[in-house]
Parts: sequence; C-alpha cells; structure tokens
Amino acid sequence: MEESGMTLFVVLNKIREEQDPTLRFDFVCRASICGSCGILVNGRPTLACRTLTKDLPDLTTLLPLPVFKLLGDLSIDTGIWFREMSIHTESWVHNDEKFDLTAQEERMDNEIALMIYEAERCIECGCCIGGCMMTNLKPNFIGAAGINRVARFMMDPRDKRSNQKYFEVIGNKEGVFGCIGLLACDDNCPVAVPLRGQITYVRRKMASVGWKMK
Amino acid sequence: MGKHDMFMTDVLIIGAGLAGERAAIESARGGLNVILLSLVPPRRSHSSAAQGGMQAALGNTVMGKEDNPYVHFIDTVKGSDWGCEQDVARLFAETAPIVMREMACWGVPWTRVTTEPRIYDGKEINEEAEKVGLISARNFGGTAKWRTCYTADGTGHTVLYTMDSMVMKYGISVHDRVEALSLIHDGETCYGAIVRCLRTGKLRIYTAKSTVIATGGYGRLYGASTNAVINEGSGMSIVLDTGVVPLGNMEAVQFHPTGIVPSWILITEGARGDGGYLLDKNRYRFMPDYEPDKKELASRDVVSRRMMQHIRAGYGVDSLYGSHLWLDIRHLGAKHINTNLREIANICRQFNGIDPVHELIPVRPTQHYSMGGIRTNIHGQAYGLKNLYALGEAACWDLHGFNRLGGNSLAETVAAGKLIGARIAEFTKDVASNVSFSVVEEHLYIQQTKIDRLCSGKSGTENVYELCNKMQDVLSHHVGIFRTEGPLQEAVSMLRELHERSLYIGLRSAEGGANPELGLALRLPGMIRLALCITKGALKRQESRGSHFREDFPKRDDVNWLKRTLAYWPKDAKEPVLRYEPVKITELPPGDRGYGEANARSKSALK
Ligand SMILES: Cc1cc2nc3c(=O)[nH]c(=O)nc-3n(C[C@H](O)[C@H](O)[C@H](O)COP(=O)(O)OP(=O)(O)OC[C@H]3O[C@@H](n4cnc5c(N)ncnc54)[C@H](O)[C@@H]3O)c2cc1C
Ligand code: SF4
Ligand code: SF4
Ligand code: FES
Repeated sequence: MEESGMTLFVVLNKIREEQDPTLRFDFVCRASICGSCGILVNGRPTLACRTLTKDLPDLTTLLPLPVFKLLGDLSIDTGIWFREMSIHTESWVHNDEKFDLTAQEERMDNEIALMIYEAERCIECGCCIGGCMMTNLKPNFIGAAGINRVARFMMDPRDKRSNQKYFEVIGNKEGVFGCIGLLACDDNCPVAVPLRGQITYVRRKMASVGWKMK
Repeated sequence: MGKHDMFMTDVLIIGAGLAGERAAIESARGGLNVILLSLVPPRRSHSSAAQGGMQAALGNTVMGKEDNPYVHFIDTVKGSDWGCEQDVARLFAETAPIVMREMACWGVPWTRVTTEPRIYDGKEINEEAEKVGLISARNFGGTAKWRTCYTADGTGHTVLYTMDSMVMKYGISVHDRVEALSLIHDGETCYGAIVRCLRTGKLRIYTAKSTVIATGGYGRLYGASTNAVINEGSGMSIVLDTGVVPLGNMEAVQFHPTGIVPSWILITEGARGDGGYLLDKNRYRFMPDYEPDKKELASRDVVSRRMMQHIRAGYGVDSLYGSHLWLDIRHLGAKHINTNLREIANICRQFNGIDPVHELIPVRPTQHYSMGGIRTNIHGQAYGLKNLYALGEAACWDLHGFNRLGGNSLAETVAAGKLIGARIAEFTKDVASNVSFSVVEEHLYIQQTKIDRLCSGKSGTENVYELCNKMQDVLSHHVGIFRTEGPLQEAVSMLRELHERSLYIGLRSAEGGANPELGLALRLPGMIRLALCITKGALKRQESRGSHFREDFPKRDDVNWLKRTLAYWPKDAKEPVLRYEPVKITELPPGDRGYGEANARSKSALK
C-alpha cells in the first residue's frame, strides 16, 4: 500500500477503518502543527502525522510516549501534563496595567518579538519529555518544554515577574536544576525549538539568583 | 441519573478554540462561573492551525496607510458579495483594532514594523521610522489595504496560546476530551448539554444558565479539506437537532485556492500575499489574464473558480490525484521563505519532499471554511431558543455572507468573543437556574438509548466508515465549486438515502467506553443532516453569490436572492425545511465587487 506521501496518519486510520475499529490514537491537524500525535517510532519520539512510511524500515514498532498517562493504545494524556506544567509555572504574562481601549499599542522591537516567538513555537507534543532520562526518572521534573516555557516569559518585557519570583518556582530539582544536560530533547523536538539555548539561558539566570541568595 | 457525573455552572461554553476561550474570559471577568468543554486539549483546537494572520485596520505600515475601520467594513461587505449583515460587519471592523492591541498586551508576539526594506511585486517597500515597533501587517486577498496582522508563520498558534494562558490566569475550568452529544432544552429554553467523556465513554450532564456553542467548522464533511480531523460540525448538528434553531446560509462553503496535493494541508494565503504566483502546466502565470487588477489576490471564491476554470480549459497538471496547478514562491528568496513562510516550507519538505526555494508546489482549491452556521442575532443569541448563544466559525453572526476574507475569521473569533462574551455576562445575571429534572432525564435517556442500541449489536449492519466516505464523496463531487441543478438534485437523494442507512449502523466492535467507532456512529447521522442542509440550500438558491456558484444561474440576483437561507430540521423530518430572511443593508447598497466574473475588466467564467 506504499504511495508517495503516505504517512503514519494515513496508515493508522486505514488500520482503524479496515482492521481494528477500536484502535486508539490521537490526530487533530495531521500537519505537524497541533502537537497531538507524539509517539515512539522505533524507539524515537516524533510526530506520527509527519512520519512518511517510505522512510521507515520494513519492521517498525509504534509505542506510546512514556511519562504521560496512557489512555489506550497510542493515545496519551499530554494535554493534562502540559496544563499542569503551565499552571505550575504560571505561564501567562504577569502585568497589572489596565488595558486602555483607546491607546496605541506599546512598541516592541521586532527582534524581541521574534525571540519570544522562537520559544512560543513549542507545540506541546511531549517528544522532548518522553525522550528525556530525567522526566522518566522523576515525573515531577518540568522537562525541556517546561524550561522553554519559562524562558518564553522571562524574555518578554511585558511580564513583570522578577528573577526571584521565577526562582521560587523553578530554582530547584523539579525545575531547571533537574536537567543534567544530555540534550536528547534538543534532537527530539520536531519543530526545532532551540532547547539547548533556552536551557542554558534559564539555568544561567537562575544560577545567578541562587548565588546571590547564598 | 445517579450514575452520571453532573456539573452545574453559570455559563457552559462548548468549544475551546479562540472564539470559545475569548468569550469565556469575558464572562469570567464579568463575575460568572464558566466551564469550557473541548474534544481535545484547548491548544490543539483548530484555531492553532491558522498561519496567515488576522485583519485589523491599524494602519501602521506604508501599504496600510490611511486604513480605517470603514475601509475594512467595505472590503468585508464586498468580499461577502453583499450577503453579510452590515451592522455586524461595522461593529466587527471597529472592534478588531482594539482586540489586536489587547492581545498584544496579553502576550502575543506580533510581528512589528521595522525599517528593513521588503521587496513586493518587484517594488521596494520602506517603512516610516516613526512607526517602528508598532504592529505590522501583510497583504491578504480582497483588501484595499495591507491590514493582516501576524506573528511570523504562526498567528493562530500564538494567539490561541496567549488566549489559553489568560484562561489559566482567570482560573477558568476546562474539561477536555469530552464531546457534547445534545442540548438539554424544552423547545423554548436551553439548559445545558449531555456530554460524552472521551476518556471513559461515560455520559455526563452539564446544566447551565447560558449555553454557548463555539465548536468551529464542518470541513470534514468534505473528504478533501484543509480542516483538522475533529472539524465535523457536531456543534451545528446538535443545535439543528433541537428542531427549533435554524442554521444560516449553509450552502456558503469556502474553497481555499491552495490546498497542497494530495494531503490537502493548507498553504496559507500569506504565500500569495507575500508575492507568490499561480502557474499552469506551461509554467505560465495565468491569473493576470482573468483578474487584471487583483491577480492572485482577488477574493478566495474568485481565485478558486479561476483556477478550476483554467484546469477545465486544459491547462492543469495531470497527477495521480487529479489535475492541479502550481504555486511558485521561488522568487521570494530563501531568507524570506525560511522565516516568514517557514511553516509552508516545512510542510512542502515533510509531506511532499519538495523544497519551495527551488521547486514548485502542487496546489488545488480545497474545502476550507464554513460561512454558514448557527444563526444568531448581533448579540450572539441563537434564533429560536432562549439562553443559547453561538460564535466563531460555528455561528452565522453573519459577518462573512457568501465569502469570508482571509484574516477575517481569526479576527472574528476574538472580536465576537469580546463583544458576545460581554453580552453573555450581562444577560446571564438575570437568568434563574430552574431546569426541570424530567427535561434533563429525557435528553439523557435519548443519548443513553442510542449508545446501548449501538453497543447491543442489534441496531443494524451498515458500516460507519463506508457511509462516511460516501457522504464525503457526494459533497466533493456534487456540491463543490461549480454547481448545477441536476447533480445537486442527485446529491439530495443520495444523501437522503445515506441518512436513512446511517440510522442502522452495525458496529464491528461491541466495545462501549471510549471506542472511536462508536463515537463516529453517534455523530454521523447529524453530519449527513448538515450535508443535506448544504446541498438543499445550494439547490434552491438559483443565483451565484460569493462562493456559491451556479453554472445554470451565473449572475448574482439581488431582486430575488438578497436574502439569507435558514435551514430547520423539524422532529422526524427526512430533509431540512428552508425559510429565508432579508439581509441587513445599512450603509452600502449592492454593487460591483471590483473583481470576479461581474467585473468589467475580467474575463467571464463561462465561455
Ligand atoms: C488550515 C487553516 C488555516 C487558517 N488560517 C486562517 C488565517 O490565517 N486567518 C484567519 O482569519 N482564519 C484562518 N482560518 C480559519 C480560522 O482558523 C477558523 O475559522 C477559526 O480558528 C475558528 O475558530 P473557532 O474558535 O470558531 O473554532 P475552533 O478553533 O475550530 O475550535 C472549536 C472547538 O470546539 C471544540 N468542539 C467541537 N465540537 C465539539 C463537541 N461536540 N463537544 C465539545 N467540544 C467540541 C473543539 O475541541 C475546539 O476546542 C484557517 C483555517 C484553516 C483550516
Ligand atoms: S538536557 Fe537532557 S535532562 Fe535536560 S531536559 Fe533535555 S533531555 Fe532532559
Ligand atoms: S519543546 Fe519541542 S519536543 Fe518539546 S513539547 Fe515543545 S514542540 Fe514538543
Ligand atoms: S496531528 Fe497535529 S501534530 Fe500531528
């Protein structure tokens, strides 16, 4: 059934339609945008929807990503994991200024906008989490996606949190100091969020706060 | 009822895309309890897939100079082919700049104005120094000014992530992986919804003072669609099933000019907005011949028709998946493609194995957007049932009439979310919660019986996937871009037959719980009912307007058809009943769009 452009999205749906109607897996956008379909393909975390079958060996194993709660077959509860992480790290712009309906927007340098966007591009697929040794050992570790999320708000001038505030949340072993820097995450991110750089950035900031506190 | 989880709230919002979340925030800020429901984690809603941008007349760029809400309003009305409600369009255009700035405050990293020169259509564009750092804009089809605000290649993603971050900030409850199956109502008032948990398969009861539908579009009724696989229109069909609330203009279906062949993933309009060309099998740029003024950037309905017209004239490129045309962005250069159009570049590389910096992209018009939906008034209140609201793509507010402009849908979700959310907050305060248990029980019983019947294996032998594929084929082949009486009539009878058969589905797995086959079996009859509303509406509308093009009635007919279709599905009916209402014209009387077949300078679509 090999055809050009045949992806695991097509294959899994065919199997569900023709062989196992109860097979559970998650796809939404089928275009590597929404982050629903992170799985292990031959042991490697990736997005199923953009995995072309022609790139796979004859014998291929598909497994659900570890760390996340399994819902059945290949379906995992990444949504809950990311929501809890986001609430734990208070992933929103902290700013008490009242929005003025009539005022012109505040200016922002486009370079900063692009930098924030680089971090914001994470699609919460969980590939960096499923492939990280530390999240597998310590389920409370926020992982690369969590550290990247914090970086996104740290570099945003609209967020008025102090470094001290961030430190209280992630200056510990469940946070940025839980990372041992082997960088499997950086290789596994399907949308190439610059995780290596983000981890270094957050670690440096938090280390300097920790140092001052001593 | 004892064995079912029950939730009570002030406002129940079904759908956690941009429209639902924005309305939730406004209601919560008004002091109400809100629960958001979603099939998937909110950030995976289809809003995240919008890459192009959202329109607001900020006028910060040189090419958007002197833009204002009035110009935006005019573009929207022309785009709609005079099918929209003009008071809604006016309110929308005035609110769009405000919500864009509000989203900037909340955290969207909008692309900002810089002095770096841009090349567009051979000309160099230099921004004014005093505008640097303000929200920038790009060009989209059917607009007089550049007014589409964007974040690089991920507008929907960043706006939805920011919106969801505010939902978390306000502590709004989100119940994901659930599916609303029906509304609880007594024919006069809506009291909430019966919902299936997609983790366990169990039914739940949600009662609310106000119920809001923000479930997005129905693209998956068509086989080839740019939409996410969860866009099956279930929000619209549960509303239609009440028998008393109509769907507006369901025949108004948008086909986007550039779905990539053969996965039908969208190549955003930004590609043409930034200067991409359409080429035929001879690598000839044909759009200027048909549309000398707007070229590739006439409105979507027009470009899609021109493309199909050109393919029919024998200029398409043959492929395994039918004829297609080419999109050429090579001349934009590697730097531009790899930053501003990065998502497109990735899609081409990953799904087609081609590099758009050096190669052409195969494209064909593809189902993309539903202008029609749950008919509401300007406050978002659905016709026919009290305390029921709808907004976003699921609704027919009616901002888009017979054709939506690119960038107007995301802007609609957020503007409507703010405006309608405020109304919901205001009106809900006066609602007493007085749902009767017999009404709840009645609706629960209907759903539970359906599930039990399907799981018992005694409901019939029809294959759910086969029926679904057939429905998709009927719509794609008979209710596409070019429509005529004969095929439409045939489609109505085929869909009627499919609808009948869909009531006798036999599951191949008797497994209850979260079984996906059962899920589709529950949805499919409603999907076919929507397909019938689309098809019958198209059959009866004997004119061409916006995206609805009848080859046997190729002209717009303002004398007989300056009106909106309202489709009802009375209890136990075999097809929808159609009624009509006038379109509200407040400022701009029907006229020439300046592009398309009626325009003096462009070539006719019919030889
Ligand atoms: C590929 C693509 C690109 C696009 N690009 C642009 C663009 O650049 N600019 C623009 O303006 N517009 C664009 N659009 C259109 C725009 O993205 C959508 O119209 C808009 O995002 C719809 O938002 P929404 O909030 O109404 O619905 P959605 O974002 O689709 O959200 C629907 C929500 O309802 C939930 N839901 C559905 N049914 C049920 C149910 N039965 N029970 C419980 N929950 C349910 C879903 O889980 C989801 O949370 C694009 C569309 C597509 C397909
Ligand atoms: S660097 Fe290693 S330990 Fe740290 S988050 Fe990445 S994979 Fe996990
Ligand atoms: S950082 Fe990359 S791998 Fe990790 S969740 Fe986000 S997108 Fe997925
Ligand atoms: S289905 Fe959306 S990323 Fe794969």
